[in-house]
Amino acid sequence: MKLFKFFKSFLLLDFLKAFFLAQKYFLQKKATINYPFEKGKLSPRFRGEHALRRYPSGEERCIGCKLCEAVCPAQAITIETQPRDDGTRRTLRYDIDMVKCIYCGLCEESCPVDAIVQGPNFEFTTETRKELYYTKEKLLENGDKWETVIAENLEADAKYR
Amino acid sequence: MFNLFQTYTFDLLSIVFYCLLIFIPLLLGVVLALYADRKIWAAVQKRKGPNVVGPFGLLQVPADGLKFIFKEIILPDGSDKTVFLVAPIITLALSIAAWAVVPVQAGVVLANINVGILYIFAISSLGVYGILMAGWSSNSKYPFFGALRSAAQMVSYEVSIGFVIVTVLMCVGSLNLTEIVMAQKNIWFFIPLFPMFIVFFISALAETNRPPFDLPEAESELVAGYQTEYSGMPFVLFMFGEYINILLMCAMTTILFLGGWLPPVDIFPLNELPGFVWFLLKVTLVFYMFAMVKAFVPRYRYDQLMRLGWKVFLPLSLLAVIMTSSVLFFFNLAPGM
Repeated sequence: MKLFKFFKSFLLLDFLKAFFLAQKYFLQKKATINYPFEKGKLSPRFRGEHALRRYPSGEERCIGCKLCEAVCPAQAITIETQPRDDGTRRTLRYDIDMVKCIYCGLCEESCPVDAIVQGPNFEFTTETRKELYYTKEKLLENGDKWETVIAENLEADAKYR
Repeated sequence: MFNLFQTYTFDLLSIVFYCLLIFIPLLLGVVLALYADRKIWAAVQKRKGPNVVGPFGLLQVPADGLKFIFKEIILPDGSDKTVFLVAPIITLALSIAAWAVVPVQAGVVLANINVGILYIFAISSLGVYGILMAGWSSNSKYPFFGALRSAAQMVSYEVSIGFVIVTVLMCVGSLNLTEIVMAQKNIWFFIPLFPMFIVFFISALAETNRPPFDLPEAESELVAGYQTEYSGMPFVLFMFGEYINILLMCAMTTILFLGGWLPPVDIFPLNELPGFVWFLLKVTLVFYMFAMVKAFVPRYRYDQLMRLGWKVFLPLSLLAVIMTSSVLFFFNLAPGM
């Protein structure tokens, strides 16, 4: 047994095996893609940048129930509400600290009106920390921008919920 | 007086010309080697490697170089600044100097001296000074440990490389690199001296601090070894020196074992190609192995490295010296006998 081991290491058998294995991988199709130029496929469940949605009429969905604020494990959401002139409750502030956020998706799960959602966008890096403290305006703007994709994704995932 | 001046000017210009003649192809070679290294490494890991800057990412290395040139050269507070800056210059200068005697084709060599192999051996032994100076002058623990390791490692493997070269020299009967290649006209030395070829290749890896023997710069233990405190241009000089040394070792493997610029078989379409093409092809092949080894062999532990050097390679190469000399003596094959 010792002799066998000796010859095995002396003849560099492991080395040869590793070489041919490496050669095999060398010729295989690449696993990576040219990221900024081509992008990988995302699941409809992907939890990216947050967005506040509106109804088709333009009315904002959020009713200020603060369920998301309560459920948020990182306590990244801050909401202030006030009754509007027509008697409905609406948010004055809806802030998400994107630095605190852990992208768990619980806010989206808890929302009774599908107002706060996490869209497919993951490329929202900024140069300052300040820009990552999202306000209601920013979130609504995101919602308007990504509405088509978000609606498609919600529909695709609806049957599994 | 004018005559004297004229003579010197001509000499000076020709020296500068020869320097450039060796330096510019080497620079190009290093750029390509770095690129190839990264590409091969990436391919084995099923990645694409650099492919954005320039066609196929070929300009990635010049771009990196440019970045380093514009970076600040940081001089650590407690360092010995003169030695700190001289060290990379020594490394690069020595690695380039060794190329002066490397023949790329019959007669195409800067200095066809008759002790070529000794010269290369001496110069590459001096290479350890650059690393030692860098590690010591940095006045920092990681560079110091890196330099210690590197010195011990290079000295250990030089011994077995020396014996391997002795075996080859016994078959040639000359120290001249051109004659070493010409002696392989009938059979390349890697066939009769196959175990020595392997020993030389592995020792060359250790000698140039390449993976799996890159312990002097093992990032998991020593950050970047003796290069830790370096930045900007001095770092580039180290990098160039290292890669020129690697290319030198590839060229040495080619000359000593793979028949230098000789075609594999001396028949019509193959021997029509100019010699340096064959030389480059073989160097590329050896460098490919260098790069592949980096991709698939895990790093050795330091005691394993020393064990391999002193307890396996040294006895093996010593045995080879004795065996080869015996065979040459008893069968009356030794040249010049």
